[in-house]
Amino acid sequence: MDIRDLQGYGSFFMTIFLVVMLYGYIIHLYRSEKKGERDYEKYGRIALDDEVTSTPVEDKPASERENEKENK
Amino acid sequence: MQANAALEYDYSLAKKFTFLTILFGFLGMLVGTIIAAQMAFPELNYLLGEYGTFSRLRPIHTNTVVFGFTVSAIFATWFYVGQRVLKVSMAESRFLMVIGNIQFWLYFIGALLATISLLFGISSSKEYAQYEWPFDIVVVIVWVLWGFNIMGLIGIRREKALYISVWYYLACFLGISMLYLFNNMAIPTYFATEGLGNIFHSVSMYSGTNDALVQWWYGHNAVAFGFTVPIVAMIYYFLPKESGQAIYSYKLSLLSFWGLMFVYLWAGSHHLLWSTVPDWMQTMGSAFSIVLILPSWGSAINMLLTMKGEWNQVTENPLIKFMVLASTFYMLSTIEGPIQAIKSVNAIAHFTDWIPGHVHDGVLGWVVFMVMASIFHMAPRMFKREIYSRKLMEVQFWLQTTAVVLYFTSMWIAGITQGMMWRAVDEYGNLMYSFIDTVTVLHPYYTIRALSGVMYLTGFLMFAYNIYKTMTAGRELSEEPQFRTPMA
Ligand code: HEM
Repeated sequence: MDIRDLQGYGSFFMTIFLVVMLYGYIIHLYRSEKKGERDYEKYGRIALDDEVTSTPVEDKPASERENEKENK
Repeated sequence: MQANAALEYDYSLAKKFTFLTILFGFLGMLVGTIIAAQMAFPELNYLLGEYGTFSRLRPIHTNTVVFGFTVSAIFATWFYVGQRVLKVSMAESRFLMVIGNIQFWLYFIGALLATISLLFGISSSKEYAQYEWPFDIVVVIVWVLWGFNIMGLIGIRREKALYISVWYYLACFLGISMLYLFNNMAIPTYFATEGLGNIFHSVSMYSGTNDALVQWWYGHNAVAFGFTVPIVAMIYYFLPKESGQAIYSYKLSLLSFWGLMFVYLWAGSHHLLWSTVPDWMQTMGSAFSIVLILPSWGSAINMLLTMKGEWNQVTENPLIKFMVLASTFYMLSTIEGPIQAIKSVNAIAHFTDWIPGHVHDGVLGWVVFMVMASIFHMAPRMFKREIYSRKLMEVQFWLQTTAVVLYFTSMWIAGITQGMMWRAVDEYGNLMYSFIDTVTVLHPYYTIRALSGVMYLTGFLMFAYNIYKTMTAGRELSEEPQFRTPMA
């Protein structure tokens, strides 16, 4: 088998692998929403309610922000 | 944050890059219109000696619209959208402001010098990668500074979740970094030969078929990460914000994001069909190009469905009209591209005017329309004034829409005519036409394209004037509009 064949097979299996990953991701998105673990649609609101003073849709923990301030 | 009630978003960088977007947009399209006219009337090649020929001007057109206009627009909207969806102001970090300003000036001066270098014929002769190595280095520094800004702003954000637009801006940043570096790898001859030759000259590290493959992996993904990904970032923010409707399906936006990332990178070899690259690679390029319809239309349909139940806004708000038209043209060009990537179709389409036809229904209909809509949306917020004239916007819309239609229809006809004439043979197998026969037949279509250029450019000037008047004479707003952009 020369390098050309290897490249061809490499590309083929990589494609299959990535397709599986992508479908896995779709399933993951819908399943975690169905199980009530995540609500993806709420993130759409980030664009609508985007004043600097608005409450974040998902808050960054206060502790994390404080740490960063101290590090500055 | 309650401690600092007066905190506001800082739009100074967004404003600066908006000015550049308009400046480079005008220059790039002016040169586009000139070269379109030269194709119809070749005498126009000789007005300015070597500096006015088609071969000098064409790279100036492409590089100015790509690296001048589109990249400025990406920066302008990032410095606006980035702050807003991360809920953090640039003013909160002196460091990021300083970096941003260095980025702006370096970019502005670098882009001007690079354009002048092309005018003088300093070119590495790779399409969309013509800038010689010193300018490449400036590009890389500007890009890295932008990277600092993206990561920095993300680092100090208040909103934990990264909105989908941020994902797209990140992909644009990473994608272009990788593509630009790899394709522009070159050895400056002056240094490699201890002082021989011109300092502005370099030799690519690739040659032959490898060069072609790297070049079109780059060329095609420049479309992906320059003309698609950041423009999708814009529409995912500006369309919901302008219409007051959240994205139709956030999950679909995530899914099409990964779909695009996964598929686009493999499609570049469709530029090399019937050439000397390995056959399996050509087939792969064709196959991936067709699969690319799915994530592209996934995004486009998501945008259109965002307007569900609110279609009345299309007639009531010209800005929504701009954006809906943009996503429609996105759908058109992402179905047209895959069709051209089918091997048998490509045998007719390759090297013909159908290709620039395809490019321009994408860039004029999708990229420029979306960029103008973004600026129309940002202007009242940045300048705290109402849009100067709605009427002018309406006229501009129809003028430019007509221009796009004239551009791509004329090039469709020209391209297919050309492709058929090149391959036509008589009963003995002799070619029926010589090259000049095709040129004669195509003349009317080139004239139509030149006319469409004049119309589109006029529309762009109307846009620039409208923004200028908004800045200087628009009615002042007492508070920032929430959704719909106010206009007189
Ligand atoms: C007034 C508007 C414009 C006119 C009249 C125009 C005209 C032209 C012409 C005549 C060419 C050369 C075609 C050839 O070599 O056969 C060209 C190429 C090109 N233009 Fe434009 N252009 C315009 C706007 C734009 C914009 C806004 C963009 C991108 C944002 C753009 C991107 C390109 C690209 C990428 C090519 C190279 C196409 C290829 O290699 O097949 N153009 N344009």
